[in-house]
Amino acid sequence: MTTDLADTTVNAWRRENGRVGVRNHVLILPVDDISNAACEAVANNVKGTMAIPHAYGRLQFGEDLDLHFRTIIGTGANPNVAACVVIGIEPEWTKVIVDGIAATGKPVEGFWIEQNGDFETIRKASWKAKEYVHWATELQKEAVPLSELWVSTKCGESDTTTGLSSCPTVGNMYDKLLPHGLYGVFGETSEITGAEHICAERAASPEVGEKFMKTFQAYQDEVIEPFKTSDLSDSQPTKGNILGGLTTIEEKALGNLEKIGRTSTYIDVLEPAETPAKGPGLYFMDSSSAAAECVTLMAAGGYVIHTFPTGQGNVVGNPIVPVIKISGNPRTLRTMAEHIDVDVTGVLRRDMTIDQAGDALIDMIRRTANGRHTAAEALGHREFSMTKLYRSA
Amino acid sequence: MTADAHPHLLVHHKADNVGVVVVEGLKAGTDMLGVCTEDNSDFRLTAKADIPIGHKVALKALAEGDTVIKYGEDIGRMVGPAEVGGHVHTHNLKTKRW
Repeated sequence: MTTDLADTTVNAWRRENGRVGVRNHVLILPVDDISNAACEAVANNVKGTMAIPHAYGRLQFGEDLDLHFRTIIGTGANPNVAACVVIGIEPEWTKVIVDGIAATGKPVEGFWIEQNGDFETIRKASWKAKEYVHWATELQKEAVPLSELWVSTKCGESDTTTGLSSCPTVGNMYDKLLPHGLYGVFGETSEITGAEHICAERAASPEVGEKFMKTFQAYQDEVIEPFKTSDLSDSQPTKGNILGGLTTIEEKALGNLEKIGRTSTYIDVLEPAETPAKGPGLYFMDSSSAAAECVTLMAAGGYVIHTFPTGQGNVVGNPIVPVIKISGNPRTLRTMAEHIDVDVTGVLRRDMTIDQAGDALIDMIRRTANGRHTAAEALGHREFSMTKLYRSA
Repeated sequence: MTADAHPHLLVHHKADNVGVVVVEGLKAGTDMLGVCTEDNSDFRLTAKADIPIGHKVALKALAEGDTVIKYGEDIGRMVGPAEVGGHVHTHNLKTKRW
């Protein structure tokens, strides 16, 4: 299988900046919460577009505002997006977003509501959106190496079966694809607790390991310590994790880390929603362990396919990135099979090896890149959840 | 493997003192087939309780204060006892972290 991977191609879209996208969205992107209604009206007017309403974007400042801009710009800049209409309440911050997305070379235009009203904004933005749909739907796919994909991972509603089956399946995929030039990323800062010493050792250099430990410790000192009201055992592991048999954060963290495989090492530590800049390889992204927040941040970092191991059955999706669900829990496959793309229950029965499970996941990545809709896409899961660092002004 | 050779219990690492139930509806008294995924070695163990899929089983008698090992690593300490084949979860195991 390993030798074949170097030659494996998928049919996908090559964007203006050279990156590869596996979806071809025309986005209607609000700068702020109060522009959601106009964006949704445009998306209703022009079929083949998608609005991504969200809760924030006003009176934010400092690092929190930087993260907001980075997330919105990164979402529009993602190679799964062909073109983008941006709508904000006023022109200045709208321009910040438009300029950020325009750096990719893709078509993007901004509109603002002040001195126009919703009606006039929607009218102008709808004309532009329709132009983009005609343009985007004529773009042709081309054969590109599978290894040019950027593939992220984060697990959810984990249980003890994820550490035994679906997480090592992702790890096996990374061990096979990263040597061919894939970009990977894992994160979930709080969920490394109990395995941080192992995670630090998996850095590609001592400097990167120190950077990880600094990020990990900052989360403990700046978020957990000031805000915790009691023992965190009621939140981490979650109630769903506990129902599934996970008892402690250490146990959960050790299962989580199975996602980075046996041989892979990470080459840098990213800020939330930061785009990797050190070339192909695996990255750690400082991120929440909440599914929708984490997938949103990784998508904003530029990742085009997400691999999502689940035990108890997390149903999360993302508006622009296909989320591939992998589960090894036979009860979950029996009760909620409509959410699962890759069934690795054979690993628990010992009639499927992790090597075979990894190959099954690679095949599903290939098919998803070629256009197969994931379970989350078919079911309309488009969770877009921005990470907010502190209260607005 | 034939269907009746499917394990009831999987263990990550030889050093572990707990394993994970991987079948639904496990009843007390079941003569469980256990497999260690590290080296594919197998063993038998009698379940002492009805234990749900995904939940942990003590592979040796565990007393209050004992460290629980899974993945060959420390996952917390016992805050109550568990007999061999007994259920290990939030009622008798707690994190050392928070």
